Amino acid sequence: MSDIDEGLRKELQRQGVWVTSMQELYNWGRKNSIWPLQFGLACCAIEMIATAASRYDIARFGGEVFRPSPRQADLMIVAGTVTKKMAPQIVRLYNQMPDPKYVISMGACAISGGPFKQGYNVLKGIDRYIPVDVYIPGCPPRPEALLHAFMELQRKIDSQRLTGANKAEHLDPAEPSEFPVPSFGEHDLEPPANREVFQPPKIERS
Amino acid sequence: MEALEQVKSRIEAAVPGVKIDIVQNPGPANQPSLLIDNEHAPAIAQFLRDDPALRFDFCSNVTGVDWLDRTVKKTVKVKKSIDGEEKEVTETTEEHFPGYLEAVYHLYSMTQKHGPVVIRMRTPNRADGARLPSLTPIWRSAELQEREIFDLYGIRFEGHPDLRRILMWDEFVDHPMRKDYREPDDYEYEPTPHDDVLERTKQHYPARPQLDGAEEITATDLH
Repeated sequence: MSDIDEGLRKELQRQGVWVTSMQELYNWGRKNSIWPLQFGLACCAIEMIATAASRYDIARFGGEVFRPSPRQADLMIVAGTVTKKMAPQIVRLYNQMPDPKYVISMGACAISGGPFKQGYNVLKGIDRYIPVDVYIPGCPPRPEALLHAFMELQRKIDSQRLTGANKAEHLDPAEPSEFPVPSFGEHDLEPPANREVFQPPKIERS
Repeated sequence: MEALEQVKSRIEAAVPGVKIDIVQNPGPANQPSLLIDNEHAPAIAQFLRDDPALRFDFCSNVTGVDWLDRTVKKTVKVKKSIDGEEKEVTETTEEHFPGYLEAVYHLYSMTQKHGPVVIRMRTPNRADGARLPSLTPIWRSAELQEREIFDLYGIRFEGHPDLRRILMWDEFVDHPMRKDYREPDDYEYEPTPHDDVLERTKQHYPARPQLDGAEEITATDLH
């Protein structure tokens, strides 16, 4: 994404002059070194490990540096079933990540609870507590799907603006970067969902 | 391995005052089990583990069962004389069985290479104070499984070294595997509801808009 006129840029390039913008350079650097947080929750994590290993090799996209500390991570891959007992820890890990931070919700469970949706112990999607950038369906999604999500995220980072009215969220001090951690209640998590993050889509039915 | 009836009579000889029933299983597995009384359960378990012929040294599985209160209706045809006339009358009798919680142990012997023998214990009722003696002092492998039964069924095992919830969090008060458990209502977004999920989702549907009567006009009125 560039504000520079493509024709002018091509013309200049022909003359041996390479032009770029601060935003382009900044986003180019960010999108090619996304460090994921190293944690897995269920079988999706096995696919995530396969994506990081040599056959699929996420290093081709600059995402091979899995960090064991949230303080050094840019990307949270929620890979697997989020139980209600685990959900507060995940929100806490998200809060501990420095801005800019991104979330990939990997697999049916992390999106909606998946096959365990009607259970008493599984959170019906991590987007009830933290904002999600990319959702990948699948049970579990193949490594190619995770790479696709990774590329989608790179595309998103590339299109983020540094200035102006619709600049990136992490540059806007008014936008929250931390979200309240739910507490363990007597029957369910308290609150069951963060209404500022999650609004159930309205379904019209007859 | 000796027959279950023989095991039963040997326990009765070894542990005085014990009360044991054999529970038949009419299913395809046809595996009868021993229903032991709660008071003597540790002594019976000790006998099953230490008897040289049985030596059930391995408790492979402990699980819980929730049996609800039930009433059985029976219709019987009885001959009765009404006004001197013999008539056949159907009479309905209701029998009420109170519910109970049950703990089931599956025992094997590694040294004698036999098993399983299934033993059961029942609580007097389904109330929250349902108590059973813990068999963890006899079989260490029962420790985590008895904790799980405590967590999900609410049976308190007396004599358990560390009776805490194991799957749900400590603040949780319900017992989710009980048949009358109702999970919290977070059915506000169900894209493909069905059966009982549909029933609970319907409570979250928005109310139908109030109509002003214009929709009453049918095609025939327009002529």
